[in-house]
Amino acid sequence: MDKFTVHTGRVVPLRLSNVDTDQIIPAEYLKRVTRTGFGDGLFAVWRDQPDFVLNRTERAGADVLVAGPEFGTGSSREHAVWALQDYGFRTVLSSRFADIFRGNSLKAGLLTVLLPQEQIEEIWALTEADPTVELTVDLIERQVRIADRVFAFDLDDHSRRRLLEGLDDISITFQHLDEIEAYEATRPSFKPRTLPVPVA
Amino acid sequence: MGRTLAEKIWDAHVVRRADGEPDLLYIDLHMLHEVTSPQAFDGLRLAGRPVRKPEHTIATEDHNVPTLDIGNITDPVSKIQLETLRRNCAEFGVRIHSLGDPEQGIVFVVGPQLGLVQPGMTIVCGDSHTSTLGAFGGLAFGIGTSQVEHVLATQTLPMAPFKTMSVTVNGTLKPGVTAKDIILAVIARIGTGGGQGYVIEYRGEAIRNLSMEGRLTVCNMSIEGGARAGTIAPDETTFEYLKGRPHAPQGEEWDAAVEYWRTLYTDDDAVFDREVVIDADQLTPYVTWGTNPGQGAPLSSSVPDPADFADAVERAAAEQALSYMGLKAGTPLREVEINTVFLGSCTNGRIEDLRLAAEILRGRKVADNVQMLVVPGSAKVRLQAEGEGLDTVFKEAGAEWRFAGCSMCLGMNPDKLAPGERSASTSNRNFEGRQGKGGRTHLVSPAVAAASAVRGRLSSPADL
Ligand code: SF4
Repeated sequence: MDKFTVHTGRVVPLRLSNVDTDQIIPAEYLKRVTRTGFGDGLFAVWRDQPDFVLNRTERAGADVLVAGPEFGTGSSREHAVWALQDYGFRTVLSSRFADIFRGNSLKAGLLTVLLPQEQIEEIWALTEADPTVELTVDLIERQVRIADRVFAFDLDDHSRRRLLEGLDDISITFQHLDEIEAYEATRPSFKPRTLPVPVA
Repeated sequence: MGRTLAEKIWDAHVVRRADGEPDLLYIDLHMLHEVTSPQAFDGLRLAGRPVRKPEHTIATEDHNVPTLDIGNITDPVSKIQLETLRRNCAEFGVRIHSLGDPEQGIVFVVGPQLGLVQPGMTIVCGDSHTSTLGAFGGLAFGIGTSQVEHVLATQTLPMAPFKTMSVTVNGTLKPGVTAKDIILAVIARIGTGGGQGYVIEYRGEAIRNLSMEGRLTVCNMSIEGGARAGTIAPDETTFEYLKGRPHAPQGEEWDAAVEYWRTLYTDDDAVFDREVVIDADQLTPYVTWGTNPGQGAPLSSSVPDPADFADAVERAAAEQALSYMGLKAGTPLREVEINTVFLGSCTNGRIEDLRLAAEILRGRKVADNVQMLVVPGSAKVRLQAEGEGLDTVFKEAGAEWRFAGCSMCLGMNPDKLAPGERSASTSNRNFEGRQGKGGRTHLVSPAVAAASAVRGRLSSPADL
């Protein structure tokens, strides 16, 4: 996983609430077997409309998404996170994320930042007034900075450390292999196994 | 203080607990399908890691299955996805049930029928409907693909704790009212976000009286109420179902297992973070009228008027739903005409569901303008139904008898609604476009599905 420390970029304001994972990436795009290339399917239905915010020239290359509340509801598809990353987004700001989406994003290295809705509205207003204005997400200080405004945000220590150091969960867990083995030694023998396959 | 069922199972699986860290939980069973696993296997390959416990892992093919002719996958991308799963399973030594295998089918139908899903287990799958499997009194939850890779590599998962909710369904169901009606009513009550952060335990007389099939239906849709998982304490019905299944313990192991399983219940003095009580006697067949599973109402009622919703967000959602669904406020739900009926999915694609629908269709005909798809949840269910002659009943009624898979539950294989088509569907999601772009979905029970097929409009068996 890539590290996330401080990122500065221009903003895409997505003034919509309840953006579900079917809107972020429709099922027909889920057939790829690689982890890349999902950017094509990002907001596929909306991107057919020329005036959709992502299609506007002044938003080209902007990599900070600032969305309305309840972002990422619906299915568990992590492809929604990959699509955002593959398209180029490094971070998403919203006042409320769906549980599974938020978990997936932090695991995959897409920083989801929770800010109160008033601050989201302020950011929308600033970027709409001047699309070239840059926003900084500083995970070290746990701050969002834009123009002369500074907003503090919360992230639990565990997730923050993982992102700062670019640690993936698997390497962390492997540090505790002895504990896993100790647990396995205590599992009751009646617990089922899929292998070997029983003969009918 | 006593513990709830879910807390007991959680505690029994903690491998490591440390301050400021999520608990590391041991996973007893990991199920895989073709859609959410390829990138996880890729990750293992890149890191040079094996699957740590192939004996706790099993794969099946379901989402991309062409149910009309399983020998002929015309979509090249679907084909690649299935072939990738087969290759990955072969390379990493994982058991797989592919198309044509008698144990192939929807992952959540296959697990229970093999007896792999037992009380007190932790079970995960890269699919939100893993909640289905909590019906046996375990903790079963859906995970993302990074977590799939984590479980493949370590057989564990770091998890933050959840809150507990009880949903107690008292009394007895009236004839013609089923498990599906219970869960649709529960979701209409708590809303699609009501379960967020919770594990739900379903309790009460009406739940106790459900068969295993019915319990699976209820737990299946826990996620539609926003919950990560749903569970039901195991009892004689559970043990009876498991006994003799290919993977059920045998002999002394069986006795030891049952002795442990009998300790799996919520203590009298345990406290739930939230409690919901429903009266089974009051329930009637339920259908959805909108575009999320919480937008449901008794079949005997009418399409609601958005103006009657006090909450502004709900009102806007209702307006948008009616416009997408092409429905007018005040129309009796029984008058809503449908042109497609889908009987199947991991919600209602089990043998009991097919039996119930066949009983209603026996000696009757599917209406002329209606296409009815009957899609068994697994190849085993298909064989069993054929053994009982149910396929003949369906075919004589004019329904299509298909091969096992997810089928029209989601618009990912050839079984789709065309824009504007309207279905009565026994599946679990009625989102815009879920069954195909522009398709309109009414979620119903198998009994309502069968009766609606005959009348060509939303109906219950009592209307026939
Ligand atoms: S039947 Fe539907 S809900 Fe169930 S696993 Fe398949 S696609 Fe998912």
